[in-house]
Amino acid sequence: MAALLQVTNLVKHFDAVVAVDGVSFALQQGACFGLLGPNGAGKTTTIEMLEGITEPSSGEIHYRGQRVNAGAAREAFRNDAGIVFQSTALQDFITVREALEMFGRLYPRTIDSDELIEICALGEFLDRDTRKLSGGQRQRLLLAMALVNDPQVVFLDEPTTGLDPQARRNLWALVQRIKAQGKTVLLTTHYMEEAYELCDEIAIMDHGRIIAHGSPKALLAEHFDEVVLQLPRSDILGPIENLPLNLKVQDDVVEILSADINAAVRTLLAHDVSLAGLQIRPRTLDDLFLALTGAALRT
Amino acid sequence: MNLRRFLTVLAARNREFIRDRSALGWNILFPVLIVAGFAFAFSGKPLDQYKVGVYAEAPLQKLATVKEEHAFFRTSYIQFIPVVRLDPAIVKVERHQLDMLFDLDNGHYWINSDSPKGYMLERVLYGAMIVGAGGGDAPVVAASGGYQRQTVSGREIRYVDWVIPGILAMNMMFSSLFGVGYVIVRYRKNGVLRRLQATPLSAFEFLSAQVVSRLWLIMAISIMVYAGANLFIDFTMFGSYWNLLLVFSLGAVSLISMGLLVAARIRSEELAGGILNLVSWPMMFLSGVWFSLEGANPLMQKLALIFPLTHIIDAARSIMIDGAGLVDVSTQLAVLTVMSAVFLLLGAVLFRWK
Repeated sequence: MAALLQVTNLVKHFDAVVAVDGVSFALQQGACFGLLGPNGAGKTTTIEMLEGITEPSSGEIHYRGQRVNAGAAREAFRNDAGIVFQSTALQDFITVREALEMFGRLYPRTIDSDELIEICALGEFLDRDTRKLSGGQRQRLLLAMALVNDPQVVFLDEPTTGLDPQARRNLWALVQRIKAQGKTVLLTTHYMEEAYELCDEIAIMDHGRIIAHGSPKALLAEHFDEVVLQLPRSDILGPIENLPLNLKVQDDVVEILSADINAAVRTLLAHDVSLAGLQIRPRTLDDLFLALTGAALRT
Repeated sequence: MNLRRFLTVLAARNREFIRDRSALGWNILFPVLIVAGFAFAFSGKPLDQYKVGVYAEAPLQKLATVKEEHAFFRTSYIQFIPVVRLDPAIVKVERHQLDMLFDLDNGHYWINSDSPKGYMLERVLYGAMIVGAGGGDAPVVAASGGYQRQTVSGREIRYVDWVIPGILAMNMMFSSLFGVGYVIVRYRKNGVLRRLQATPLSAFEFLSAQVVSRLWLIMAISIMVYAGANLFIDFTMFGSYWNLLLVFSLGAVSLISMGLLVAARIRSEELAGGILNLVSWPMMFLSGVWFSLEGANPLMQKLALIFPLTHIIDAARSIMIDGAGLVDVSTQLAVLTVMSAVFLLLGAVLFRWK
């Protein structure tokens, strides 16, 4: 199936600094694609080049097979795109209703405003000054503004940064609704849990390059065949180095990486280790990032 | 140019300005305060141009007597000030605080040899002596070398009449430069422009809306200020209101365009404020808002011509004070048109959303 959005060898220099260094990927219609990585990895610069906000130094972007650079092709793409920036200010002295109306009039095609208000749960504060919204309400408004033109592609640049857990979960539910409508979503985040929850496909970026690409499950399966057994450090009485296991010792926790849980448990019992505090978890995208970059996630 | 998008941004900017009561209030209050200050300052009798001290044992009685005897002491526009101590009065002459001083008891007078006013008063004194020390003014022709006296009459052009066009134009300048330039830099800094860039809105549509929004607001406020000031001051207006409206409209467009040019790329409000001050203060002083540059250094007069404000004020004064028509101010209108076009073009070419 032909990709909806095709990115080929995208490069962006800021003077001597290479922010994005030869990035290529494709977005399929109706999928959610996640660009993951720490701050400074180049994901915001990449998404801004796709949005047409930043000009690439080199490389190509094709939307529905048409190169998106200038003129009618770019205008057509803008009419089909919805964007939530990492940080956006609105004009002062404007209500939620007026903001939606204003952005709606900038596009040739708009979604039914009642439907939009219902989807994004804006009904309670439609006539409130946008400067008086909470963080979660504000993000819902920004998402509604991104959807006002009934876009085919929705760009969400770290949409949940700074939100409390409940507001974050609410926004995830909204993104799931958008996906269910068949829209294509490109999401950047440095929350691995968010990516795992929402994305069909992810690309992990570091230092301007994509270092891993695929579905979250496939990537985890590709890179890990073991699970993690976690024990409180205090449950291991003897010297830790005597345990014949693949260990990662942290301050209060010892992690044991093993593909064979039964064998690992037998070894622990053989060394009189209490299993009262034992927890078993699968490998996560955080582990993947750590394994790929050799560094903890920089946030 | 998509008219729907243009009108949307225009309405949004108008709404923001009108709802910002502090900014709106200041835009109206500032020129009103200045005009009210002038109305107060110029509401009394015209000030006497010359100050002459009169010393005597009993100065008031002596002054009344000498007015009967000597024509000089009946001269108009000279303020005669009785003084009771001679030495401090002489010091005042030294300091130009008095232009002339008489000791009526001993028949002396003092002037400061460096004072032009003292020089003029002495010439008036000589003239009065030629005419005669007796009562009544002798025929002026006797002292005029045979020249025939002719008289004209007409309404006095007061300083306030002269300065009103400058104040109106100055208010337009501040409102245009800061109201547009500063706002665009703020939009750029806080990301409003970036959000708009992601829509189909073009830079030309956005900038046009900013120009039109500020233009009508400036014109509405200027008309209110003009009408309000006219109630209190009754200043001179000999020309056509439509011509004046045209000059101010074109002038406002040129100043707004200048604001757009300044704000084309700047991201910092502090830098924008500095540059806007750098532009507006020389304009305010060199464009003839407060005083005429006639007689000033010719280079400075030429330099003033690079400012749109100079041409706005020249044209407005010609219309209001001299009753000039559009042909008379066509040069200024042409210059303002060219300046507007150049500023707008450069501003649009250099404009960056981010």
